[in-house]
Amino acid sequence: MSLELFGTWLAALLTLCIFSFLYKDNPFYKFAEHLFVGVSAGYWLCYNYWNMVKPNLIDNLEAHNWEYLLPLILSAFMLMRLIPKVGWLSRWAIAFMIGSGAGLMIITYLQSNFLEQIKSTLVSLDPTGLPWYVVLNSFLIFVGVVSGLVYFFFSKAHTGVTGGVARVGVVFLMVCFGASFGYTVMARISLLIGRMYFLLHDWLGLV
Amino acid sequence: MKFLFFLLQMDRRIVFVLVALAVVAPLIMPLNLPIVVGDKVRRLYDAIDQLPARSRPVLVSVDYDPSTVPELQPMTLAVLRHCFSKEIPVIVTTMFPTGAGLARDAMETVAKEYPNLSYGTDYAYMGYKPGYSLVILGIGENFQATYPSDGYGTPSSKLPILKNVKNYDDIAIMVDFTASAAYEVWIMFAHQKYGCKVGAGVTAVMASDAYPYLNSGQLEGLLGGLSGAAEYEKLIGAPGTATIGMDAQSIAHILIIVLIILGNVAYFATRRHREPAQTATPQQGGSA
Repeated sequence: MSLELFGTWLAALLTLCIFSFLYKDNPFYKFAEHLFVGVSAGYWLCYNYWNMVKPNLIDNLEAHNWEYLLPLILSAFMLMRLIPKVGWLSRWAIAFMIGSGAGLMIITYLQSNFLEQIKSTLVSLDPTGLPWYVVLNSFLIFVGVVSGLVYFFFSKAHTGVTGGVARVGVVFLMVCFGASFGYTVMARISLLIGRMYFLLHDWLGLV
Repeated sequence: MKFLFFLLQMDRRIVFVLVALAVVAPLIMPLNLPIVVGDKVRRLYDAIDQLPARSRPVLVSVDYDPSTVPELQPMTLAVLRHCFSKEIPVIVTTMFPTGAGLARDAMETVAKEYPNLSYGTDYAYMGYKPGYSLVILGIGENFQATYPSDGYGTPSSKLPILKNVKNYDDIAIMVDFTASAAYEVWIMFAHQKYGCKVGAGVTAVMASDAYPYLNSGQLEGLLGGLSGAAEYEKLIGAPGTATIGMDAQSIAHILIIVLIILGNVAYFATRRHREPAQTATPQQGGSA
């Protein structure tokens, strides 16, 4: 039996082990689940060491790039969480990560996820020279954004006009959740199709 | 009425069997249902299709792991086939450690179909690069300093495809295939900071979250889930596993819609015939 064929059979049998959970929990499912967790942990550990720690830290220290001592020290601080007496040192490393991460992200995030999104909702409602569906789309965006924002405005009771607009916002939110649910169903079925295709095509050769 | 009560108390495993049949039957007996190409997919196709041969390279980032291969690998293959068929240079990379094998496999699979194109000149695999946002920012400053060597260990300076690639100015478009919010990071840094065109292929679960970026023009185009991949396969005229799976997808969706309608009809039609407590929580435990 070739290695590839063995791999196909192993993958097929493990797939069936996982599928067996659909009937009820059983030892075959548990075995496959534990195997997956163990193999994943081992893979991530090895891959991260050889692709992250060694080339970025150890190789640089071996080349006498002494500025890399700083990340080494911060890494060691992280591990100090395992020793309660000096666990506070890990906060320095975390503070460094949060500080640099926030500094890196805050401006661009504000630009791409806030300002650009506001800009894209500033649409013209003037129907002159535009197809009706473009105007309708712009109108829906306008109403959806305004009513959605009103729904999330909690400093005023949702009664009267505010309540009416908020209810329109709820309708838009429901449509959004419905679309997300539809896409989620599609995603889950896609994964099932992928596994079924593997079993029928790669393993059994039926399709 | 008896049937309606049966629906409400039906064992969920019956639903599992029905869904399995709805998926398996069309795979064995294809129906060849039509695939309609949407605007968001066509926009990405057009953005790549208009690039001339031997132009600036397309950067493809394979940011997913084996758990989402059924959805994302077909679209990666479809976009790579599109680029290879038009002789548009392609640089493949990944920010996910578990995506390294998938990225290399996708590139090598498509490369075998185009023996006239050569590694290093027409396409390159840069491997896994840890650091994510730092890598994306690094490409904007100096591509070769960020990637001193390719995924096989060859120095980047020896790859002709990278000779004129200094930063994002020399990338025609980047396409991120991901099951995470990785595409948002590409938008934030590659597009927002450096002005690089960004396209995305995401799992269906995430597709609705990506629409605002499409609407604002921050994304050139969007492939969402298996249907996005199938639409792209149709555009390039190379049906693959996504096209094969779409029949099963459609039948399974019809089944789920029917089940949802039947469930609701049964729930409301039997409401008067049930105890108040049952009305509040009609389905518990092993029922569907």
